[in-house]
Amino acid sequence: MGKRVAIVGTGQTYHKSHRPDVTSKEMIHEAVTRALADAEMTIKDIDAIVIGNMDHFESINYVDTYSVEGSGGFMKPIMKVSTGGTTGATVAIAAYYHVASGLFDRVLAIGFEKNSESDTTGAIITCSDPIWDRFSYSGAIPSLATEATAYMEKYGATQEDAALVAERDRGNAMNNPYAHLRRPLSVAEIMQSAMLAYPIKLGDICPRSDGACAIVLAADGVAQKITKKPAWFKAAAVRHTYTWFGDSTDYNKGLVSMQRASQDAYAQAGIKNPVDEIDVAELYMPYTWAGLKWIEDLGLCGPGEGVRFVGDRNTHMGGKLPINPSGGVISTNCIGATALLRVAEAAIQIMGKGEQRQVPDAKNALATGFGGCFWTDVVILSSERP
Amino acid sequence: MDNAAIVGVAQTRYERRKKDQIFADMVFDVTRAALDDASLSIEDIDNVVTVSNDFFDGRTISGMAVGDASGGQDKNISTVSGDGTFGAFYGLMRVLSGYKATLVVAHCKGSESNSHITTNGMFDPIFHRHLGIEAISSAALQANVYMSKYNIREEDIALVSVKNHGNAKNNPYAQLPMDITVADVMKSRKIADPLKLLDCCPVSDGAAAMIIVNEKMAGKSKKKPVWIKGVAHCCEEYFLGDRDLASPIALKSAAQRAYAMAGIKNPIKDIDVAEVLEPFSYMEPLWLEGLDFCKSGKGSELLKDGVTVMGGKLPVNPSGGALSANPILVAGMARIIEATLQVRGEAGARQVKGANTALAHGFNGPCGQSHCVWIVSSNK
Repeated sequence: MGKRVAIVGTGQTYHKSHRPDVTSKEMIHEAVTRALADAEMTIKDIDAIVIGNMDHFESINYVDTYSVEGSGGFMKPIMKVSTGGTTGATVAIAAYYHVASGLFDRVLAIGFEKNSESDTTGAIITCSDPIWDRFSYSGAIPSLATEATAYMEKYGATQEDAALVAERDRGNAMNNPYAHLRRPLSVAEIMQSAMLAYPIKLGDICPRSDGACAIVLAADGVAQKITKKPAWFKAAAVRHTYTWFGDSTDYNKGLVSMQRASQDAYAQAGIKNPVDEIDVAELYMPYTWAGLKWIEDLGLCGPGEGVRFVGDRNTHMGGKLPINPSGGVISTNCIGATALLRVAEAAIQIMGKGEQRQVPDAKNALATGFGGCFWTDVVILSSERP
Repeated sequence: MDNAAIVGVAQTRYERRKKDQIFADMVFDVTRAALDDASLSIEDIDNVVTVSNDFFDGRTISGMAVGDASGGQDKNISTVSGDGTFGAFYGLMRVLSGYKATLVVAHCKGSESNSHITTNGMFDPIFHRHLGIEAISSAALQANVYMSKYNIREEDIALVSVKNHGNAKNNPYAQLPMDITVADVMKSRKIADPLKLLDCCPVSDGAAAMIIVNEKMAGKSKKKPVWIKGVAHCCEEYFLGDRDLASPIALKSAAQRAYAMAGIKNPIKDIDVAEVLEPFSYMEPLWLEGLDFCKSGKGSELLKDGVTVMGGKLPVNPSGGALSANPILVAGMARIIEATLQVRGEAGARQVKGANTALAHGFNGPCGQSHCVWIVSSNK
């Protein structure tokens, strides 16, 4: 059986829509330096590195070898993993297995993206099958719009219900110095923002950000010497259920990958009632309807109850289960780093380093990654050694 | 490291162009064949690692193309974007972390991409890319540095191509089995000085799969399990100008750690056969030096002295190596699979007699910047 693993340090860049002042590797260096400082370590202490992004955004092949001057990978084992939007969680989970395997004691996990160097939608479209799917697949926003309209039709949710999710997250971002969009947005302002693909408006969707995130993982026995409050992995679950977009569009079933991955994760962590047992969640929700529908798939409330659960402010700061104290993906979205930021922010909460965005006494934290063909990765971190 | 074993392997035939198969078709074929080889069903597999690269596939999230075909639909699946030796290593880590059985599958269709453009993309976008440098021209720089440092002649390097294409005649999966002479290599078309056409790998299509299991599952295997004794990887500096291209220091470091794990003290004595990733002829002797089979600069003498030929003390690339088929990323995994077949005694006409311990090697990045070394054995 594998070793127990904990996160002992996190680092991230200040996020912006455009970082012309740095190259990708300089941006990576900023995140790595902060993560090492947070763990009070130097690069010499690191045994191996895992890195990920999405190639078509920066058009750099083999970023693992490209980035060594930024990652500190010179004369170290380094590996690249990449799974689309889920990449950041995939990186964290790969780093977890690096340590759990017993082969490496201290591992650095890095996610990054310079969206400013890409045509984001143009790059995303090439994920679809060139023969069967690509002629009809028009990128992330329209495919999410179909999910949103199906949800509105089924449960009578309104655009205002969804907008409350962005109001919450953008408000939370005011407490996070690293967030990209640090300007509060009201439901009324979201309703007035430009329509992109009905019912998704500019205020409902994530930005394109430049940024990087790094975390340091350590093995049981090592982690306790690095920090008094390590964030222990209690679960890592992955379901990349679909290969074809045509298969993923039965929205009556909900987000199947998220249902399965979260159930798997709760079983691993011994969690029976997620709302009661989880104290804070950092969820990869790239648009507002996810904040209603996907929390149902995560079992935080019943089917069709998302609107009321969010409307009753259960997921706001101070509520029963605060979601996205960092401001979430709606405030910051550097794609290859986005899911790693969720894991890092969950770790920050467990380690009690959230400052203004800290949820008091967070013991169990849930983080998700979303991407690919409606795929889900789930990580549960805990202050308690499993 | 806990015991873990390879119990199933499969490869497609490597060809210039598999016109009748998309990525998923190739991946399904080798997934099916690897399961059959291991006498396992897809239900026995509890997680999947796919190996692919968005540049070479011309597809973002390239792993998405093969999720169904690899049987990963409702399993913990991930994608390593790099050589198959790295993907297999991630598969091993998952088994060592508590999974029972990892299926690792790699695919590539060189026929559908332009390797000059995709490998130009490895180079720094600000300082180097506009020079047009790519895999072949950077390899030529490395060949020049290596050959001039140690007074190695083009004919010495050509001999590697003669050996490996000849070995490929014994490998039913190889793309280019050929009877050629040093003179044939020397008069083949110049690609990038000093590399000529027959010093370079072909463009290939193909896929490969392997199944890595824990000790308990290995005990139930019908095939003789091939035990993983040591694996390590290491990366060196990125800018070619900052590196000594004639000294593969990352490979040395990875090899030393893999040898330490496997308890190998004298590699040339303790290892019976090696499969190294040599898309260019000069790379084979250079990597043999990095792997500590000989002193620096003496790699090509191993071949001249008959050490690395079939029947020699350390046959290298009985399969014909990457010179005889180079589906990028798959090619590294093919090295592990060939090493596995050797240790099983199932390598057919390319079998090295009595092979007990085998080495496999792959790399990522320009001029072998990041290497991965595997040691497998029939002994637990």
